[in-house]
Amino acid sequence: MSTSTVPADNSFQFSQLWRDARYRSYTIQIIALIVALSVVMMLIGNAVENLEALGKDFNFGFLFEPAGYDIGQMLVEYTSASGHWKAALVGLLNTLLVAFLACVTATLIGVFVGVLRLSNNWVVSRLMAVYIEGVRNVPLLLQILAWYAVFIHVFPTPKQAVKAPVIEGAVYATNRGFYVPGLTFDGGYQIVVAVLLASICGIFVFRRWARQRQEATGQILPVGYISLGILIVPAVLAYFASGMPIGLDYPVAGRFNLKGGLKVGTPLIALWFALSIYSAAFVAEIVRAGIMAISKGQTEAAYALGLRPKRTMSLVVLPQSLRIIIPPMISNYLNITKNSSLAIAVGYMDLTGTLGGITLNQTGREMECMLLLMATYLLISLSISAVMNFYNESVKLKGR
Amino acid sequence: MSENNFAFVSTSEKPQLPPPQGTTGAVGWIRENLFSSPLNTILTLLSIFAVYSTVPGVVNWAFVDSVWNANSLDECRALTDNGACWAVIRERYHQFLFGFYPSELYWRPILAFVLLFLALVPALWDGMPKRSTALMASMAYPFVAFWLIWGGFGLEPVSSTKLGGLLLTMIIGVSGISFSLPIGIVLALSRSSNLPIVKSLAIIFIEFIRGVPLITLLFVAHVLLNYFLPKGVNFDIVLRVVIMVTFFASAYMAEVIRGGLAALPKGQYEAADALGLGYWQSMRLIILPQALKISIPGIVNTFIGLFKDTTLVLIIGLMDPLGLVAPTLADQRWNGIFVELYAFIAFMFFIFCFAMSRYSMYLERKLHTGHR
Repeated sequence: MSTSTVPADNSFQFSQLWRDARYRSYTIQIIALIVALSVVMMLIGNAVENLEALGKDFNFGFLFEPAGYDIGQMLVEYTSASGHWKAALVGLLNTLLVAFLACVTATLIGVFVGVLRLSNNWVVSRLMAVYIEGVRNVPLLLQILAWYAVFIHVFPTPKQAVKAPVIEGAVYATNRGFYVPGLTFDGGYQIVVAVLLASICGIFVFRRWARQRQEATGQILPVGYISLGILIVPAVLAYFASGMPIGLDYPVAGRFNLKGGLKVGTPLIALWFALSIYSAAFVAEIVRAGIMAISKGQTEAAYALGLRPKRTMSLVVLPQSLRIIIPPMISNYLNITKNSSLAIAVGYMDLTGTLGGITLNQTGREMECMLLLMATYLLISLSISAVMNFYNESVKLKGR
Repeated sequence: MSENNFAFVSTSEKPQLPPPQGTTGAVGWIRENLFSSPLNTILTLLSIFAVYSTVPGVVNWAFVDSVWNANSLDECRALTDNGACWAVIRERYHQFLFGFYPSELYWRPILAFVLLFLALVPALWDGMPKRSTALMASMAYPFVAFWLIWGGFGLEPVSSTKLGGLLLTMIIGVSGISFSLPIGIVLALSRSSNLPIVKSLAIIFIEFIRGVPLITLLFVAHVLLNYFLPKGVNFDIVLRVVIMVTFFASAYMAEVIRGGLAALPKGQYEAADALGLGYWQSMRLIILPQALKISIPGIVNTFIGLFKDTTLVLIIGLMDPLGLVAPTLADQRWNGIFVELYAFIAFMFFIFCFAMSRYSMYLERKLHTGHR
C-alpha cells in the first residue's frame, strides 16, 4: 500500500494569498478596494485643501439667492428675482420638455423610415439608407448649430412675419421663434383634467375586463374604438358642463412685434428638430433590426395556423420584435435626454445652461453646481435604466 | 381518316417559350421592385420627385456654380448667385486641418498622421508577415506621435493652445479609441466577474459615466479637475479632455463587450473550465475572442460615437473644426457663409465615420463563421 509521503500541509503560507485559488479572490478584491478608496480619499482630500486655499466653503446656500438673469423659454413662473434653485428647476423642466418632444417625433419618424428602409422598393429603401447614413455619420452638435443657423436666416423678422403669417391670426413663423395659440385655463379646468385622468384609468380597467371576457367566452370586443370613446366622450361632456374653462390664446400682431399666444423660441425649435432628425436614424436602425430578427418561419407558422395577416402581426410578430426593439429604444431615449444638454450651444436654457452655465459662472460655485448637475442627470438616467431593467426581466425568455 | 387529323397530339417536344415580356430583365425588375402595387408606385414616384428636386440643385450649388477663387463673400456673390463659395475653404483649409499650429512645422502632424496608418497596418491586416513584431512596433506609436506633435527632446515645443482643427479631432479621437478598448475590456470582465467588490466598483464607475452627459464630464475637466489634483500639478487641457473622453467611451465599451460576454452560450465557459484552463487563460483563449467578435458592430459604433463627440470640446473653448466656424464668421470678409463651412465640416466627419462603419461591416462578414 502506498501512501503519500508528504503529509498535507495545513499551515498557512503567505504565498497562498496569491497562489491558492481559495484566497486569491479575496486578495484581489481587498487590493482593489484599497486602491479605489485611496484614490477617492486622495481626490476628496485635495479638493478640501484646494477649496480652503482659495477661501471657498462648500454649501448650497447660493441656491436661494436671486438668480438675476432672464430665461427665454420657461414652463413655470420665473423672473430674474427668483432664486437660483428656481432657475435650475426651469432648466430641468426645459430639459425634460425638449427630451420628451424629441423622443416622440424621433420615434414617429424613425419607425416610418425603418419600415420604408425594409421595403422591397429599391428607390425608397436606397433613399432611406442615404438619409440614415448621412445623418448618423455627422456629429449631432454640428447638426444642431447648422439647423439653428438655417432657422435664423430662413425665417423673417417678427416685423416681416406679421405681414406674412403662416395662418392669419394664429400661427406666425419668425426668426426668433414660432408664435402659436396657447392654452388658457380659467376656474374649473381641474374638473376636465380630473375627468380625463379618470377616463385613462377607466380604459385600463375596461381592457383588462375585455381580455378576461375574451378568454372566458371567446368573444372579441372592438377594444380600440371603445377605448377612444371612453377617452374622449366624458372629457368633452365635462368641458361643456363646466362652462368651457379651457380656451385658446391667439398671438396678436402688433406693428413691430407679436404679443400673446405661445412663443416657441428658435433655440428650442432648432434643438428639437436636430435631435429628432438625428435620433430618428438610430430609431430606424433599431426598428429594422427588430423586424429582421424575426424569422420568416414565425409568420408562415402563424398563417399555417389560420391567423389572418393583421392578427399574425399583432399576436406573433410584434410581441417578439418588441422584445428586441424596446431595450435599445429606451437607451436611445436616454441618449436623447443626455444629448439635449447640447442645448447650451444654441442658448436654449436647459439644466446645463442654467445650473451648469450662468449660475455656475455668476456664483463661482463650480463644485456645488457640477455636483447638483451630475446628480440630476444621474437620477434621470438611473430611473430610466430601472424601468428598462424591470421590462427586460418581465419579458426575458426563461432559460437555463 | 388519317391520324394526322388529331391536331392536338404533338409528336415532338415543343421548344420552351421565352418568359412573358415584362417579367425579366430591366423591365421585369422595375415592375417587381418599383411598381408592384399602387402604394409602391406612389412611393416610387414621390422618391423620384424628391431626388429630382434636390440632387440637381445641390450638385449645381456644390460643383457647377461654385466659386473657388475669391477674397470675400461679397466677391463670391458678385460672381454667382446660387453657388457655393468654397473660396473660404481654400483660404482657410490649413486652419481646419491644423488649427493654429505653426505653418513651418506642419510636417510634424503630417508625419504623425502617415505613421498612424503605418501603425494601423499590423492591427487591421491579419495576414501580415511578422505581424507580432510589427504590433510591438505599433505600441510605440502614441509616444512617437506625442513627441512629434508637442515637440521637446530636440524638436521645437508647440503649446496645446495652438492645436486645433482636424488635428485636434484626430488626437482626441485616436487616443480615446485606442485607450478605451483595453479599459473597456477590463471593466466588462470586472462587471461580469464573480468577485463582489470588484464587480460593484465596476458597476459604480460604468453607471456613473453612462448616467451623465459627456458635456458635464468636459465641464469637470475644464473647471473642476484642478480642485481634485494636488497643488501645483496641472494637466494640459487637451490631456484632460482626452482622459475624460477615454473614460466616457470606455464605460460604453464595457457595456458593449459585456453584451458579447453574456451572448456566449454558457457551454463555452463550462468547456473552458472542463479543460482545466485558469481564468485568464480561458478568457484569452476561448471567451474573449468570441465575445469580441460578437461585439464588433457595437465596438465600432462606440468608436464612431466617440469620434463625433470630439466636437463637444468647442463648448469648453477648444478649436476643433466646428469651433473654428465662429472665428471664421467673425471675419468681416466671410460674415454669413455658414452653409459652406458646416457642409465642409460635415463632409469631413462623414468620410471618417462612414469608413469606420464600412470596415466594421467587412469585419462582420469576414468573421461570420456560422454561429448565430
